Formats: sequence, structure tokens, C-alpha cells
Amino acid sequence: MIKLTAIALASALALTTGTASADKLKVGFIYLGPPGDHGWTYAHDQGRLALEKELGDQVQTTYVENVPEGPDSERAIAKLAETGHELIFTTSFGYMEPTLKVAKRFPNVKFEHATGYQRSDNVSTYVARFYEGRYVQGVIAGKVSKSNTVGYIASFPIPEVVRGINAFLLGAHSVNPDIKLKVVWVYTWFDPPKEADAAKVLMDQGADIITQHTDSTAALQAAAERGVHAFGQASDMIHFAPKTQLTANVNNWGPYYVARAKAVLDGTWSSSDTWDGMAEGMVVMAPFTNMTADVAELAAKTAESIRTGALHPFAGPISNQAGEVVVPAGAVADDGMLAGMNFYVEGVDDKLPQ
Amino acid sequence: MTELLIASIMTMMTAATPLVFAATGELVAERSGVLNLGVEGMMLTGAVFGFAAVTLTGEPLIGLAAAIVMGALASMIFGVLTLSLLSNQVATGLALTIFGTGLSALVGLDYVGKTIEQIRAIHLPILTDLPIVGRLLFGHDPLVYVSIALLGATHWFLKHTRWGMILRAVGDSDQSAHAIGYPVIAIRYAAVAFGGAMAGLGGAYLSLVYTPLWAENMTAGRGWIALALVVFASWRPSRVLLGAVLFGGITILQLNAQAAGLGIPASFMSMLPYIATIVVLVLISRDSTRIRLNAPACLGKPFRAER
Repeated sequence: MIKLTAIALASALALTTGTASADKLKVGFIYLGPPGDHGWTYAHDQGRLALEKELGDQVQTTYVENVPEGPDSERAIAKLAETGHELIFTTSFGYMEPTLKVAKRFPNVKFEHATGYQRSDNVSTYVARFYEGRYVQGVIAGKVSKSNTVGYIASFPIPEVVRGINAFLLGAHSVNPDIKLKVVWVYTWFDPPKEADAAKVLMDQGADIITQHTDSTAALQAAAERGVHAFGQASDMIHFAPKTQLTANVNNWGPYYVARAKAVLDGTWSSSDTWDGMAEGMVVMAPFTNMTADVAELAAKTAESIRTGALHPFAGPISNQAGEVVVPAGAVADDGMLAGMNFYVEGVDDKLPQ
Repeated sequence: MTELLIASIMTMMTAATPLVFAATGELVAERSGVLNLGVEGMMLTGAVFGFAAVTLTGEPLIGLAAAIVMGALASMIFGVLTLSLLSNQVATGLALTIFGTGLSALVGLDYVGKTIEQIRAIHLPILTDLPIVGRLLFGHDPLVYVSIALLGATHWFLKHTRWGMILRAVGDSDQSAHAIGYPVIAIRYAAVAFGGAMAGLGGAYLSLVYTPLWAENMTAGRGWIALALVVFASWRPSRVLLGAVLFGGITILQLNAQAAGLGIPASFMSMLPYIATIVVLVLISRDSTRIRLNAPACLGKPFRAER
């Protein structure tokens, strides 16, 4: 794997340094997985392609894929910084420390870290309000599930994932108070056989809808093999499960990437924290398929209400698993609580790993 | 409850199958005296070429054939280096693992994100619909049965045929076998090739049946578990199936425990196959008699004809 990233990096650098384009802004991307995962990384790559399409004459992009989170990523990020890239997007939570370290060494390079929470003068963070999409998924699941059990394949117990689980359950309970959620932690973002295992196990235990917070299409396909409905993650995965995908949480990074590149070109870039959702078009739902018309209509209406702000997924009253009210009636959870969410809401059938 | 039990056992059998393939092959290779640590690399090679073949031709059988051939070829690199050029078997095996991992990643670049028709489970008209035993015995996909058949054939070959005995003799005392006149190197080549072919088949099972996808490093350590499995089984085919279901099933059990809400830490359960192997190793190494009775005596030693 190290070999591959080295080869990819070497060829990418050869390409970029070979062309005489001193005026073009070089933008680098660090991917956790391959764009071919048709999930998380695929969505980022689509964003990169949108950036190239929009600003192709002013911008030149490079990407390095399959960069594992941890110390090795520091090397990959630094390499991009050393070779003239002025704007670098690091697209996974685990790149947080390495990004900050490299940013200190290269104060003139601007870094954008996805899904993180630490910034510095030249490091911004950005994340999408995935939980809004999860709420809509929950509403659909509440209506479509017959066994009232939903299987949730979760990756790591970080606030982003817990938020997703909570939003899903809140959405489901809003239309069906009997829904139960079974959570399995696979401790990986991308491991197709393990994701397939998790899906199989959840189905064996009675789940008739599968949703995931992992990056590949394996779980969706394992569910499709048994004719079980599932939700796509980060990209529209309908191609892999045409008869069983209900919808997908699609991450639409393109507009944000274009805006940030423009800011660098204009000289107006500054460190910021962006948390956009449906309202700004960063989260989009894939077409609602394989469900009855009334459920599709309800889902569309829910998505629209979230988009306009009429409905907030974390509107009170919300209690945590211990029964304490964490969001009183009439209020909504603020961004601070959402960003640091480390508790389950009432009704999740699991103990949160610490 | 029985429904869950049956479903879990079915899933555990599919999880065990790649291990059965790889361990059977490695067992034969080790029984002939060759320690091939490159199982992980050979499995990945088989997985990527099998997947590529099916993507290009649409025929699962061609995919399986491609996996077998490429797995065997990969093992031949190891074979030439260790059997003819007498390089250190451990180091060469590790090199093969790294090589196989990298080669499969490179070849697989074009195939990430593609998907194929999965090989489906069989369904025999009356037999599969029998309560309880129906699905357990007659409801798996064809390769599960192939793996068990091959394991049985290997057991019979090693124990009840002349060439099986010769292979064991080569592994236990290569100088004596050579003195009697048996072609030690040729036998070891054949054993290594068989090991490679089976490892390739095990890898192909992952990319063709388990998840109809290719992803870099998708074996995720199963090759190492297969190596541990051979030791756990004391180099006897009869224990390989039990060990494979246990080792493969550990992950499934752990996921099941999580989904059921039991609080066993996932990392603890992932450790179990390796702890079991260490326990077995300690037990069989207790005294020299036991060691002699179990491991092939010439395992890992290069063969230099003494006359």
C-alpha cells in the first residue's frame, strides 16, 4: 500500500511538475480510500472534478489516494506542500494532527481539513451536516421497515458518527415509535469484507433495513443479495443495488471546493469553519427509489423542511439514554452540542464504546 | 433463536471458506517441508486476477481458473527462489507477501468500483427446504462445498496414497527420501504450486462471492490467519475445518455479540485466533517427542542433496 501511494505520488508529481504552468494554482487532495469506492472518496473526487471544470484555466489539481490515517499521512501531505501546492484538502478525520503539523511547517500553504475540529491560521475545517440526511433516512426507514429493526454499521465512536445514529433514530421515531436500532462497530472506514460481514450479521439478527457510516458499497450489496433494503452512503450507490437502495446521503463538495479555490486566487482566504447542510446544497438526497409513492413524498417533504430550516433534526424535547432531558421542548441542539456529541439519545439499543 | 443460530452458522461457514482453501494449500506445502509465508500475497493475487477475469469475460469459472493459475504462478516465484536458488524461506515468503500485495493493488487499480454478478448459493428443490438441516447442508454457495471436498481429498491423499506418503517423507526427512531416489525438489515444487493455487482460490472466493468487489488489501490478514490455522491444526487436515470455522467465525461472533448488545470488546475477540495458535504451539512443543510427532521435521530447511 505504501508502494502504491509512492508510485501514485511520483507519477502525480511528474505530471504536475512536467507541465509549465507557473500561474495555475496547484490544489492537492489527500484521499483515505480510492475514488472507486463509490462512497466517501468518490464524492470528494467528484468535488475535485467539479473544481477542475469550473476553474480549469486557473487551477490544476493533484490527488493522492489510499493514504492511511496516522503518521504516514504526514509524509504524503508534506510532499504535496513541498511541491508547490498552495491549497490542500485532507479528506478524513484521522488526518487532523498530521495536517496541523504540516501546516506549521508550511505557513504559506493553506489547508482544508474535512470533518475535523482543530484549526490554525492556515488550517480550515469543513464538514457537512450529514445528520440532516440521516434524519430523512430515519423517516423513510420508519415507514418502510416491517420488522421494526434497522441495522446500523458504524465505524468509529466519534461525534460525527454518533450524531448520525442519533439523527437517524430521531427521524425514525418521528413516524414510528416502535423502531429499534441495532448498532455494530467495525472500527474501519473502508474494509468491504468486514462491512459485508456486519451487514450479514445484522440481517441475521432481524434487521430488514441496513444503513452504514462506512465508505464502500459492500454492505449495500450484501443486503441486496438477500433482497433487503439499504441506504447508500456519501454517494448515490443505486448502480450497485438498483432494486433495493432507498436513497443515499450524497455529499456535494464541489461548490465548497470552488469557493475556497476562488478565495485563494482572490487572496481572500482565511481560516474558517464551515458546517453546511441541505440549505447550502452540501448535502443532497439521492432520488427516492424502491419505496411507495407516499413514503417518497413524505421523504421529499421532510428533506425540503430541513432545507428551508422549518424542521431541525435535533429539535427538543430530546433525552439521552439515562433519561435526562438534554434538549428541552421548543429548543434545538446548538452546534456546540452537536459537534461534541458523545451520548446516545433514548431508544438506541447499544452501549456507546468509549 | 434457531433462525439466528442457523443464519450465524451459515455466515460462519462462508467466513471460514477462504481460510479452508488457503490453509489446505499451505498445509500441503508445509508437509513437504516448505514454509511459504507468502499466503497473503498469493490470496490477493488470486483475488484481483479472478475479479479482473470475471469483469472482462463475465464467466465465474474463468475467474476461478484465472485465480488458480495466477496464485500458482505467484508461488512459483517463491519456488524458484527457495528451491532452486536456496534462498531463506522465511524472508522469501515475506517478500512474496509484500510483492503480492503491491502487485494486486497495481493490477486492481482499474477494477476498483466495478461490480460483478455474485456467485449465488445453490438451491436444491426439496433438500434445501428441509427445516434446519436443509439450508445448513444444502444451502451454501458451490465453493463452500468445493473447499470441504478439497480438504477431504487432501486428507485422503496424504494419509492413504503412496504419493501422499512420499510427500510426507520429503517433509520429514528429505535426505532419506533423496537417498531412496525420490525427486525431492520436484515434489516440493508441486506442493508449493498446489499451495499457491489454493491460496489464489481462497482469495478469489473473497472477491467473487464474499463481496463482489475489488478493494486493495481486501484479504485484511486472512493469509496470516491461514498460516496460524495450519499450526493450530497440527498439520493435519482433519482439524483444519474446525479451526477455520472457529477462526473465521470469531469475527462473525464478535459482530453478532455487538449487534445483540453484549459488551465484549471487539479487539479482544479479534485477538482470540492468535492466542489459540500460541496455546497450541506451546502445548505441542512441550517435549521433543511431541514436536517430532507433529511438525514436519524439515520445515523451512533448504534441501541440498548430500551426494
